Amino acid sequence: MNKNLVIVGGGPAGLACAISAYDEGERDILILEREPELGGILNQCIHNGFGLHTFKEELTGPEYAYRYVKGVEERGIEYKTEATVIDVNAQKQVTYVSKRDGLVTIDAKAVVLCCGCRERPRGAINIAGMRGSGIFSAGTAQKLVNVEGLSVGKNVVILGSGDIGLIMARRMTFEGANVKAVVELMPYSSGLNRNIVQCLNDFDIPLLFSHTVVQVHGKGRLCGVTIAQVDENLRPKMDTAKYIECDTLLLSVGLLPENELAKNAGVVLSSVTGGGIVDDSMMTSQEGIFVCGNVLHVHDLVDFVSQESALAGQRAVQYIRNGAPNCEKITIETKNGIRYCVPSILKKDGDFTSALSFKMRVSNVFKKVTLTVFADGVVVLAKKRPIVTPGEMENVTFTPKQIEQLKTASSIQVSLEGVEK
Amino acid sequence: MKELICISCPMGCHLQVEGESVENIVVSGNGCVRGIIYAKNEITAPKRMVCGTVKINGATQPVVSVKTKEPIPKEKIFDCLAELNNTTIEAPVSVGDVAIVNVCNTGVDVVVTKGLSKR
Ligand SMILES: Cc1cc2nc3c(=O)[nH]c(=O)nc-3n(C[C@H](O)[C@H](O)[C@H](O)COP(=O)(O)OP(=O)(O)OC[C@H]3O[C@@H](n4cnc5c(N)ncnc54)[C@H](O)[C@@H]3O)c2cc1C
Repeated sequence: MNKNLVIVGGGPAGLACAISAYDEGERDILILEREPELGGILNQCIHNGFGLHTFKEELTGPEYAYRYVKGVEERGIEYKTEATVIDVNAQKQVTYVSKRDGLVTIDAKAVVLCCGCRERPRGAINIAGMRGSGIFSAGTAQKLVNVEGLSVGKNVVILGSGDIGLIMARRMTFEGANVKAVVELMPYSSGLNRNIVQCLNDFDIPLLFSHTVVQVHGKGRLCGVTIAQVDENLRPKMDTAKYIECDTLLLSVGLLPENELAKNAGVVLSSVTGGGIVDDSMMTSQEGIFVCGNVLHVHDLVDFVSQESALAGQRAVQYIRNGAPNCEKITIETKNGIRYCVPSILKKDGDFTSALSFKMRVSNVFKKVTLTVFADGVVVLAKKRPIVTPGEMENVTFTPKQIEQLKTASSIQVSLEGVEK
Repeated sequence: MKELICISCPMGCHLQVEGESVENIVVSGNGCVRGIIYAKNEITAPKRMVCGTVKINGATQPVVSVKTKEPIPKEKIFDCLAELNNTTIEAPVSVGDVAIVNVCNTGVDVVVTKGLSKR
């Protein structure tokens, strides 16, 4: 089978990508989704807080997904559910399996990977103790409670104060559980502020910074955990160990981009984000293979996923029509507290007709700093920020004049200026 | 002065609030007008959206997600949840269908946030 554009994953990234590719004039599009329905992780995120930037109203996850699913259906864009992509190669051949079609290989002109993230498992954080039941990743618990209507536990400790952990602290409280503590290894939370306010403070749930779970107890079912404070090197101080009785431990210890497919296709990955290294058109090191959404880098706001993915869709269609411009590229360097920047490569004669923006994350909490972009050492853009935190993505958008400055530069740097040493 | 973190949107602006009554509240640090509205409400009459699930008969899944159409008084959250717990609706449902009218006498309806067809 041949297809112009194959999109792997039908979450918010895949949906926005497909819609924008269609609106750019492409009609030969196929979305492949392994779950029984489109919408991705949003289907289980039943809380509100999605879409304020895009729709100027606050939607729940399923409502946000519904708008995009409707957009796909209204345009008659082809999609297959319960179709799992098992391989993508450098020749842009996409192989999927489904009960209906069996094993199918598609020759695509362009492929966009929109596979999202999966949760870091318990194995990744090495807690001592028995392997009793009652230990869940927060996202799994979220699905069990919100979609399958099951009860997960009564007395709960949550490890990790990322958004999923915070959201689940409130959700479990709503379900009648007693959330005894949220335990966070770092001295700050990687979750959104408003989730700390709305999910913990509202219900007087303690948030213990610089603490971790050192042991889990219980043979059949979990009966308690031992927590301890950690020192500046994040090593537990055993003299501070404390036992908390609980039947459930939720792990919210981070997300990992699902990049197995990208790796097979030979896409070069970033050691910082775990996602592909992309240029300003969201294209990877493999010509014609694009990535966007959570598989590229973890987003806290779905609005930015949709924006980024719409751009990827548009650029993929331009690539199908015109091929890749054969031009010079500049690597965008990051320094002074900027952990990474997406894109990390700028094409010199790339098409920037729609606005160019950089998305980045910082490595620590900094106050009163200026996000600064330099071209050949000259300030192109400076954005003052009262506070930046690792949990919230930073974002700068360039004017046509600034873009011109960037394109003619031979080096580009992104930096946090005004950081107190 | 009181410090609040605005929760009207995911930006989480840090607000500084002076004064205690709606008339004399002065807000700074807000990114948009919603920050001012939030601070006023939070000081005088805090409200929250409640999102949860209700049981559904005859659908492809046993529960369906719902939300209060508007925020309700914070102190009514658990009464509202108790009502969600006691509610069962019938498939099919569409986004926006009313599951509970005027929940806990707040004047606010609870609406379905996900369409589910009949199994
Ligand atoms: C618990 C939680 C709370 C959140 N809260 C908020 C919030 O309040 N506000 C907000 O704006 N954002 C929030 N987010 C973030 C937002 O939901 C994500 O950024 C967004 O869903 C990412 O979209 P995506 O399409 O990249 O990934 P996903 O939604 O994960 O979608 C990826 C899709 O790809 C499919 N897939 C993967 N591999 C394959 C394969 N090999 N073959 C076929 N299909 C495949 C998956 O099944 C999935 O459907 C939250 C996220 C989580 C997890």
